[in-house]
Amino acid sequence: MTDVILETRGLTKHYGGVHALTEANFTLRRGEHVAIMGDNGAGKSTFVRQITGVEMPTRGQILFDGVEHSFTSPIEAREAGIETVFQTLALADDLDVPSNLFLGREKIRFNLGPFSILDKRAMREATLAALQKTGVKIPNLMNTIRNMSGGQRQCVAIARTAAFRSKLVIMDEPTAALGVQETAQVENIIRTLKQAGEPLILVSHNMRQVFDLVDRIVVFRRGRIVADLRKQDTDGQDVVAYITGAKTGADFQGAA
Amino acid sequence: MAKTSHGVGGLAYDAKKRTRPPELNVLAALVLIILAFEVLGRLFLGDSFLFNTRDNVNTLFNEQRLQIIILQVAIVGIIALGVTQVIISGGIDLSSGSIVGLTAMVTMSFAQVAMVNGNPNPKAIFGPGWMDLPVIVPVAVGLSLGLAAGLINGLLIAYTRIPPFIATLGMMVAARGAAKWWSKGNPISFPTDAYAAIGKGMMPVVIFVCLAVLFHLIMTQTKYGRHCYAIGSNEAAARMSGINVTGHKVLVYTIAGALAALAAIVLSSKNLTAQAGMGVMYELDAIAMAVIGGISLQGGRGSIIGTCLGALIFGVIISGFTFLKLDAYYQEMVKGVIIVGAVVLDQWRQNMPGRG
Repeated sequence: MTDVILETRGLTKHYGGVHALTEANFTLRRGEHVAIMGDNGAGKSTFVRQITGVEMPTRGQILFDGVEHSFTSPIEAREAGIETVFQTLALADDLDVPSNLFLGREKIRFNLGPFSILDKRAMREATLAALQKTGVKIPNLMNTIRNMSGGQRQCVAIARTAAFRSKLVIMDEPTAALGVQETAQVENIIRTLKQAGEPLILVSHNMRQVFDLVDRIVVFRRGRIVADLRKQDTDGQDVVAYITGAKTGADFQGAA
Repeated sequence: MAKTSHGVGGLAYDAKKRTRPPELNVLAALVLIILAFEVLGRLFLGDSFLFNTRDNVNTLFNEQRLQIIILQVAIVGIIALGVTQVIISGGIDLSSGSIVGLTAMVTMSFAQVAMVNGNPNPKAIFGPGWMDLPVIVPVAVGLSLGLAAGLINGLLIAYTRIPPFIATLGMMVAARGAAKWWSKGNPISFPTDAYAAIGKGMMPVVIFVCLAVLFHLIMTQTKYGRHCYAIGSNEAAARMSGINVTGHKVLVYTIAGALAALAAIVLSSKNLTAQAGMGVMYELDAIAMAVIGGISLQGGRGSIIGTCLGALIFGVIISGFTFLKLDAYYQEMVKGVIIVGAVVLDQWRQNMPGRG
């Protein structure tokens, strides 16, 4: 068992002639929280889409938990243990909280193929456990997502990652659309994950948040990784310099 | 549901904020309409709509009227069950009425008797070897045909990604054409006794109620039902969550086709004949029943219970107008008003603060 939970080697994605991601070498250790930063179009979301199976990379390797994977769908990545909170929340508005948590992997009482009978009680209880684990506050589990605030929706999406034994959680700008209090709640959940020793990749534009929460910051620019900084070795201005291109990391001189 | 009576994380669960099931409103509307007919009947005819007023029968309610109310919507109701699951999963099915026509024609051809009153069957479609077949043959042929038509709908919608409206519109026109072509426009009659028994008396109601219970359970208790709501609610999210959206859509339309075929079997058996024009407008009546029952054409919302209540509202209106001795023209006008009114009321309710 290695110390590294996720490693990408030469991960590359071209959309036609657009080189959205070029030769990304990235490592994440167990229990580590890493932020991915960069300007719009720098390749952050592209990178996330490759490792979560939403898209197939043009080139390169993904090693997860010591095994090389080539995910062809998000569900494969999820089965391997990568849970993702996507920027678009991927919740069904007309369903309640347990239904959303277990969307696509419902607990069943007995198997009748597509007509398998749902085990609603087990899903409800697992939902309560997941919400307690993450410290998410939802007044009524049976309420539909449509009737919830943005923060509550985000919390449901995050609690979904906690309901299953995930090995890695990825969050793509989880607080981009939230108010102050709601942001604080999401950040608390992230701290809970850190205490539980769950590794996390956080895509964020929020400098304060990143310095509050993570151990390491990886900066993307124009489809390449241009810096890999330990939090204590850097500061906000330094990171901005890497994001804007004023500076490029010593190890990445050839990159940009 | 004791587990849900309190919230998580120290927030109190407020029972007042619980959402009222929309079916309650439909039920209220049904009661209101019945009441209106009752009052109008007593005012203008001195007769009761709901209760028995005849001396020679000893029942509280006018049971004959109640039976007719359900009987006249049972067959379209069967189609509406299929349409409900289609609309909940975010689609639409315009082809059900034409599938009824085509299936009735083909099924009846396999259900004919050889001899009518000692003479050869004047409406015979096939040769003597194909007459007097066991009832399972026409039923199997009919269901297969409906399944096939629904499957084509589903495959078109799931794989070519053309809008369901277009795909099923195509099927609607094509299946109606096929129904007319099958016997060159001639009606097909004289089924075997066993086939005629399928739709005899109150059998359509029995079949409708059994199917309604079955589909209510499917929509509320199974993975299939849950995925219908998920896909109708947010198709991208459903796909992202690993739901096989393509396969599910094929299944949804196939089931809708099978239910339309079943309605055709019951209808042709009840009428003892099949005509190419059978089932015209049934698709719209079925959609209207679902809409009155609180379904959202955007998908994700609605229920079998709602659709059944919608069907009952239809039945009550038809019976009520007959009871008041008003022309059938008024029926259709009022039906139209009720369809639009139901949606307007539903949207108004959705937009009210504190409710959902």
